[in-house]
Amino acid sequence: MSETPHFVVHDEGDSVGVVVVEGVKAGQDLVGWIMDQDRTIHFTVKDDIPIGHKLAIRDIEADSTVIKYSVDIGRTIAPIAQGEHLHVHNTKTKRW
Amino acid sequence: MDLKNQTFMGYRRENGRVGVRNHVIILPVDDISNAAAEAVANNVKGTLALPHPYGRLQFGEDLELHFRTLIGTGCNPNVAAVIVIGIEPGWTQRVVSGIEATGKPVEGFWIEQNGDHNTIANASRRAKEFVHHATELQREPCALSELWVSTKCGESDTTSGCGANPTVGNAFDKLYANGNTLLFGETSELTGGEHLVAERCRTPEIRKEFQAMFDRYTEMINRWKTNDLSESQPTKGNIEGGLTTIEEKALGNIQKIGKECLVDGVLDKAEQPTGSGLWFMDSSSAAAEMVTLCGAAGFAVHYFPTGQGNVIGNPIVPVIKITANSRTVRTMGEHIDTDVTGLLRREINPDQAGDSLLEMTVRTANGRHTAAEVLGHREFVLTRLFESA
Repeated sequence: MSETPHFVVHDEGDSVGVVVVEGVKAGQDLVGWIMDQDRTIHFTVKDDIPIGHKLAIRDIEADSTVIKYSVDIGRTIAPIAQGEHLHVHNTKTKRW
Repeated sequence: MDLKNQTFMGYRRENGRVGVRNHVIILPVDDISNAAAEAVANNVKGTLALPHPYGRLQFGEDLELHFRTLIGTGCNPNVAAVIVIGIEPGWTQRVVSGIEATGKPVEGFWIEQNGDHNTIANASRRAKEFVHHATELQREPCALSELWVSTKCGESDTTSGCGANPTVGNAFDKLYANGNTLLFGETSELTGGEHLVAERCRTPEIRKEFQAMFDRYTEMINRWKTNDLSESQPTKGNIEGGLTTIEEKALGNIQKIGKECLVDGVLDKAEQPTGSGLWFMDSSSAAAEMVTLCGAAGFAVHYFPTGQGNVIGNPIVPVIKITANSRTVRTMGEHIDTDVTGLLRREINPDQAGDSLLEMTVRTANGRHTAAEVLGHREFVLTRLFESA
């Protein structure tokens, strides 16, 4: 029986995972599921993260590209450490 | 599921198309005929008025789209018969003539020189006959391949991209292989993933047409935008749900066209496909506008995956809601037809999720009312291209 994930990652090359359960709190040990490679990873989260929101699964420098689905989804406007919340406060579109 | 031998009980219309509902609609040509249309629907039980705010002083391409949407809605195989009511005979008759081509019962009424009272009385008498006619029509076994299925997602969040939308994609791949007619659209919502859609176009010609539609829409947004569209596209609800950029939203969105389907053609708004396969419609990403255009293009069932919980329905097209967000199931489960939260708990795989949606598709086609139908969601929203004269 596979462990029930707290967050999922589309591909192991991605920068981010998506929290898929409610009530994730800073400091919690999380189980992540990398879907394309069907692999489980373990993680300590640094922020409270609502269901559906993203956490960085690796350190990302400011003004660099965020990868999800193996594709560019925008650029960071601040450095983001592994396990931190990644959203509109630190990431912006490259379009429009 | 064995789709090749799968049937459903549908209504075969005069032109051969198959519907899954049997509506008698009262269709206003313009805003000022809504009152009469709603009065007829109130008088004659078993009819449904489709009020809307437009139809006066439109011109050019915007007027053509107005007619195409109204006529297409009347032609939809989920509609058994149509009463058309307008302020004057000319444009009323234009809508009637467009619907008449299907062979289904349709009649037009106009208010000038008659007044609301006489118009309502005359239209009500005819509507009553139409209901007697429609209620004697029988469902018959139809091949699943005869079902036209459209999709558009709404109030998406990140669970849409990893759960609900891939479920639709899995079902679309299976329906595509089965020879069904399928539709997607939402032009601006492909931004960041448009190259992936372009790669899926069957021929260079189709790719060029798709790219021209995408570029035109982007140019329109760039012309009118006052910021980076944050809170509009992605919407405030999308952001609340964890989607950060349009690129991320788009990549989740295009999961709906599966892994194997090719884009067999592109359509203008409310334009009907000319063959089976997967079609792209250049369209708004606003839920009610897009689903209204799908209905006008002749689609009989709609797949609507949602993350945060969009409640949209349509007066004539059953809208099947799918979610993979467990909070949405907990807080607004009455809106959800197919719950695929098990995907994100690793309890089911995408193949099983796709099959659960296909099973719900057959049940819906057979007559099960969707959550949106039971809850009375009948959003009928016409797309406008520019100001009235």
